[in-house]
Amino acid sequence: MDAMPKWADVVLVPVVSLLLAAIISAIVFVAVGQNPWDALKLMAYGAVGTSDFLGYTLFYATNFIFTGLAVAVAFHASLFNIGGEGQVLLGGLGAAIVCLYVPLPHWSLALIAGATAAAIFGALWVVIPAYLQARRGSHIVITTIMFNFMASGLLIFFLSGPMKPIGEMQVATAVFPAATHLPSLHDVAQMFGSEMFGRSPVNISIFLALIACVGVWALIWHTRLGYEIRSFGKSESAAKYAGISAVNITMVALLISGGLAGLMAVNNTMGINSPQLVDNAAGGAGFIGIAVALMGRNHPVGIVIAALLFGALYQGGAELSAATSIPVQIVVVIQALVIMFTGALDEMVRAPIEKLFLRSQRAGE
Amino acid sequence: MTFTKILGATTALALVAGSAFADGHSAGPAIIYDLGGKFDKSFNESAFNGAQRWAEENGSEFAEFEITADAQREQAIRRFAEDGNNPIVMAGFSWATALGTAAVDYPDTKFVIIDMVVDAPNVRSVVFNEHEGSFLVGMMAAEASETDVVSFVGGMDIPLIRRFACGYAQGALAANPDATVIANMTGTTPSAWNDPVKGSELTLSQISQGSDVVFAAAGGTGIGVLQTAADEGILSIGVDANQNYLHPGQVLTSMMKRVDNAVYESFAAGDMVEPGFNVMGIGNGGVGYALDEFNAELVSAEMQEMVDAAAASITAGDLTVHDYMSDETCPVLEF
Repeated sequence: MDAMPKWADVVLVPVVSLLLAAIISAIVFVAVGQNPWDALKLMAYGAVGTSDFLGYTLFYATNFIFTGLAVAVAFHASLFNIGGEGQVLLGGLGAAIVCLYVPLPHWSLALIAGATAAAIFGALWVVIPAYLQARRGSHIVITTIMFNFMASGLLIFFLSGPMKPIGEMQVATAVFPAATHLPSLHDVAQMFGSEMFGRSPVNISIFLALIACVGVWALIWHTRLGYEIRSFGKSESAAKYAGISAVNITMVALLISGGLAGLMAVNNTMGINSPQLVDNAAGGAGFIGIAVALMGRNHPVGIVIAALLFGALYQGGAELSAATSIPVQIVVVIQALVIMFTGALDEMVRAPIEKLFLRSQRAGE
Repeated sequence: MTFTKILGATTALALVAGSAFADGHSAGPAIIYDLGGKFDKSFNESAFNGAQRWAEENGSEFAEFEITADAQREQAIRRFAEDGNNPIVMAGFSWATALGTAAVDYPDTKFVIIDMVVDAPNVRSVVFNEHEGSFLVGMMAAEASETDVVSFVGGMDIPLIRRFACGYAQGALAANPDATVIANMTGTTPSAWNDPVKGSELTLSQISQGSDVVFAAAGGTGIGVLQTAADEGILSIGVDANQNYLHPGQVLTSMMKRVDNAVYESFAAGDMVEPGFNVMGIGNGGVGYALDEFNAELVSAEMQEMVDAAAASITAGDLTVHDYMSDETCPVLEF
């Protein structure tokens, strides 16, 4: 830990990981007969080239901020919540129930009620895995991933049965009433006479995401609970010795994590142009959140930057497959490579860099 | 500091890339596939084949996009509309909400949606008379059956699939009033479209109830139905595309739903696509039964004569097949 200066840990390791991913991606592009440089330029253009594209990038980034924060809070307690996907779906169910069945007169009330319901549903979905982890030692990775399947099944039950509008064939709820539609950033920009963001779905829940970032930062580093979470994460036995209840911390950290994941529904279910809950509402954001948290070093600032990067990657990739003949599967491969290098193979990059620093320190002595 | 530099560099790069790609982009027609993917051996692939046929015949190109998440529906429509693609064709009933929202913003662009109706001045809605095509294959099934029991395996239990089942049952009873029709749905969730194992189980159960001809209208699930029918030595009927080749001599026919024709015609009309409600039935080649070298031995001249006569009287309006979706009831089949 002491071997590396902080800047190397925060900047150098992710950048080297990205470069490695870029090199392998370039090989993939060459293998399918595309010019990697052109592809990169097109992806960059697709991500930020027009204010519409930028809007989509920010929309996806908002999703990833929520799931990234969710994973990070659990990480601080050394818990690996990979159930973000399911918690997002349940959050969507909560938001949909509120928007469809409660007559809300104004979007501001819908935002508060929807966000509350989404967070509560997301948190409730993690109660059983959290309890099993805290009391029975069932591994949280296993239980949360199984709960993803159950969430998907439960959602499909509601969307193809009780919540499906009569005569519709799509597995989705009705479109939410107009009064509950959240203003998009385009609406906000128009108040200032600008046409920024066009018809992209980026909406005011991006501010909710940023507020959540501040909240997580304050919670983890400036409250007693945050201190307890971190101590528990660093050393369970030391935390217990200091009088911190393992059961309480496990439960609380996971509930906050689930609530944050659930909040994503405000963006992707309530915030889109024709808001409705669809059967695959999470769209993989729960898993991308893991890579975002790892790359962002579990710090809100890092998470925002990583979420922007993944948002750009997601949106740029969509543009790449729409504008060229590159099959969408290749784009998914590229996205997966970045996730793998920044997330799963983090140690592979970190260890050699640490060694290099150690050696140079010794040489300096 | 570093971050602002990176941002600046990215923006500069984007500007360069933007100017590089803005020109040289030919805006022809565009097609957007549904979540099943372009090569699903069924609905989406049929749409792709229509587009491909148009491209080959005209030496032109078309833009295409496979969405990977529902969030991309509206995005894909807007992207092609803003790029000047015209017309923009999308296959599948799940596009209705997104298209309804987006179409109003591009009054000069023509949109075509298949299998669903969107009421907008620049949208052409193409729906198929699946009940009519199913009626024809139902007649053939009853004719070919020796046990007087024929059966149906549907995918997800939605009104569209009940429409297939109801037309099939009416056809079977028209050809043989003593016939028994068994109908089963694979499930009530989207996974029912891709569950060949369950499809196989349903077929075995129907065989044990005496069925010797089975019609599968179930997407990927149908592959399991056709396979089991072939293994057990009974006849099967394919759907959407011509699936006769899957088990030569064991697939009685296929209920063809010409999604490819709908896409082809839209592309051929270009920006002159006529908006409004469009029904593809037997009369205009939208639905029908498949006859080729793989099932020639199974379809007797007598059977063909009878079916063609029925097709002619449906076209002429002398024979009406009840459409399940008109009132959500079926006079001859209980669901």
